[in-house]
Amino acid sequence: MLASARPQPDDSVFSLLDDDGRVVPGGRAPALSDADALRLFRGLLQVRLVDERMMRLQRQGRLGFYMLSMGEEATHFAVHALRPTDWVFPSYREPGAAFHRGYSLKDFVNQLFGNAEDPAKGRQMPVHHSARWLNLVSISSPVGTQIPQAVGMAWAARISKRDDVAVTYFGEGTSSTGEFHVGMNFAGVYKAPVIFICRNNGWAISTGKERQTASQGFAVKAQAYGFPGVRVDGNDLLAILAVMEDAVARARAGEGPTLIEAVTYRRGGHSSSDDPNVYRDPNEPKEWERRDPIERWKKYLVGRGLYSEAVEQQYRKEIGEEIAAALAHAEQVGPPAVETLFHDVFAEIPPHLEEQKEYLLSLPRPTNPHGGH
Amino acid sequence: MPVCNIIQAVNDALRIEMRRDPRVVVLGEDVGKFGGVFRATNGLFDEFGPDRVFDTPLAEAGIIGAAIGMALYGLRPVPEIQFADFIYPAFDQIVNELAKFRYRSGGQYTAPVVIRTPYGGGIRGGHYHSQSPEAYFVHTPGLKVVVPSNPYDAKGLLLSAMRGEDPVIFMEPKRVYRAARGEVPEGDYTVPLGSAKVVRQGAQVTVLCYGAMVHTVLEAADRVAGEGFDPEIVDLRTLLPLDTEAVLASVKKTGRAVIVHEAPKTCGYGAELSALIAEKALLHLEAPIARVTGFDTPFPYSLENEYLPSPERVAKAIRDTATF
Repeated sequence: MLASARPQPDDSVFSLLDDDGRVVPGGRAPALSDADALRLFRGLLQVRLVDERMMRLQRQGRLGFYMLSMGEEATHFAVHALRPTDWVFPSYREPGAAFHRGYSLKDFVNQLFGNAEDPAKGRQMPVHHSARWLNLVSISSPVGTQIPQAVGMAWAARISKRDDVAVTYFGEGTSSTGEFHVGMNFAGVYKAPVIFICRNNGWAISTGKERQTASQGFAVKAQAYGFPGVRVDGNDLLAILAVMEDAVARARAGEGPTLIEAVTYRRGGHSSSDDPNVYRDPNEPKEWERRDPIERWKKYLVGRGLYSEAVEQQYRKEIGEEIAAALAHAEQVGPPAVETLFHDVFAEIPPHLEEQKEYLLSLPRPTNPHGGH
Repeated sequence: MPVCNIIQAVNDALRIEMRRDPRVVVLGEDVGKFGGVFRATNGLFDEFGPDRVFDTPLAEAGIIGAAIGMALYGLRPVPEIQFADFIYPAFDQIVNELAKFRYRSGGQYTAPVVIRTPYGGGIRGGHYHSQSPEAYFVHTPGLKVVVPSNPYDAKGLLLSAMRGEDPVIFMEPKRVYRAARGEVPEGDYTVPLGSAKVVRQGAQVTVLCYGAMVHTVLEAADRVAGEGFDPEIVDLRTLLPLDTEAVLASVKKTGRAVIVHEAPKTCGYGAELSALIAEKALLHLEAPIARVTGFDTPFPYSLENEYLPSPERVAKAIRDTATF
């Protein structure tokens, strides 16, 4: 078994970079090209900048709802270890996984606005993306539902004699759902090539992780289902890539699933509707600022001689311009056409829906078709 | 043409489709070597092997969740839920996930999963082996709901369901699984979804029914026919999409409607049929619409024959409606 997948005692957490971005002595760092190391940096920055911009927009009343990832960005880029033909079942807090696979800021912002150019046609709240062309599966709000689906997908690949793997993301709160246990059990029994990434960010809305489990962390739960669980520092992208490479190799080799618990921290609220100061000590998130995953990756780049202030400013400028252009565009695109309300319920519109569509089209249009903001 | 029962017809449909389409897989509790508790998947494991027929861990949410993932990958899963009463642990996967994938992804993703499940009472199964949960699924946008009453339809409808692009809840009337026998062509044929069938022509009162209740209604019709009544019986076969034209044509012809199902009355499928008739054929009615249904109680064990619509109750409703 590879180093990172070795069972770990108690609360030890696998890590490769210290807080100053240096590879710890004896650490087996995964091979990563200069270009990829920089690309990941740009990706991390993009998530942070997009979050900041969208939260401001939400506060200004220009966007109905948003969910930010501050402090957890590194976990999104676990997908770097995948092939484009592999599958990702995200939850609602991994936009970086989508960006890294090629999801454009234009599509991202159009989805937030639910406008006529939203790839999912304005069917869901902000941050519920879907991008089939990137093997990124449509996101659902009820937590954990994607877990047995990812298992089924991975199982199907195995049945089809192909070596595709599936990855699914969820938070530590989701480990309390039936679907988590059901999915883990199915995966273990049928050795499905699936990787479970549990973002243990400490909080499920206002409920702390100690109210989700009595066990020592979450990775240990894999043991009961017959496959390895590994705790990794969720703010250490290099460590995440290392455990992902191991897990993906295991899955592709037919050795079955892996549970990865990425220990991190949700520095922001659950969503734009949340106020964490009501239920937690405001000093708690501050303590995690010094462990910021982006700062750590930056220091790692410095160590590799890849970082320069100019490069960072260039990235910030490009991303800022892209966001501005995407917003300017999205805000002038109107809502989806009324009749699309009835599309995609079924492959073809059945008679009863055709009738309801004709009825709706015969009515005057509401002045504001959007329920919310 | 060979005569067979509904289980054999279902088994035949599964076998034909698995031979025709390598993407079709069967999964569920005890569906493998054992062939299912009702033997509907009998022999499939031996013919198609462990990469097409799967005994799953005992968890319905896992069965349906995994089936969704398989369908997203491009397979054609046909999961079995051992009894419709056990479908609720998978309810979220069915109504929030399976039914919504196409819509919520803007048509990017589809999950054409056909969920087979035996339903209904009359087998001394008590509350947890007798329920008829069709209304929950008819109420859920994105699902088709099919309930055959006989072997011919069971085979033809199941083949249609498996070849469609939408998720289907395929409810099999277990009380008549073996009792309902009929001629079934060998080989491939389909019965389209969304098409009802008039199983007894009549002029006086329309009786709308589906699944096992079709047999109860036919028995009732034989009784009242001897008394000079002339009911028309419509076997709906598909509850969603409903063959509205067939329902309305019959009701407009007879001017009277009796609706029969074994699920509870309140918000049962009969409520929708009643509303449809009231909305679209009110001025053709010569009598109030009558519903003969299960009661608004949990499904009982000892008193199940009091609970279930009987030929006597249906006959009375036909007489009352015809003579109103």
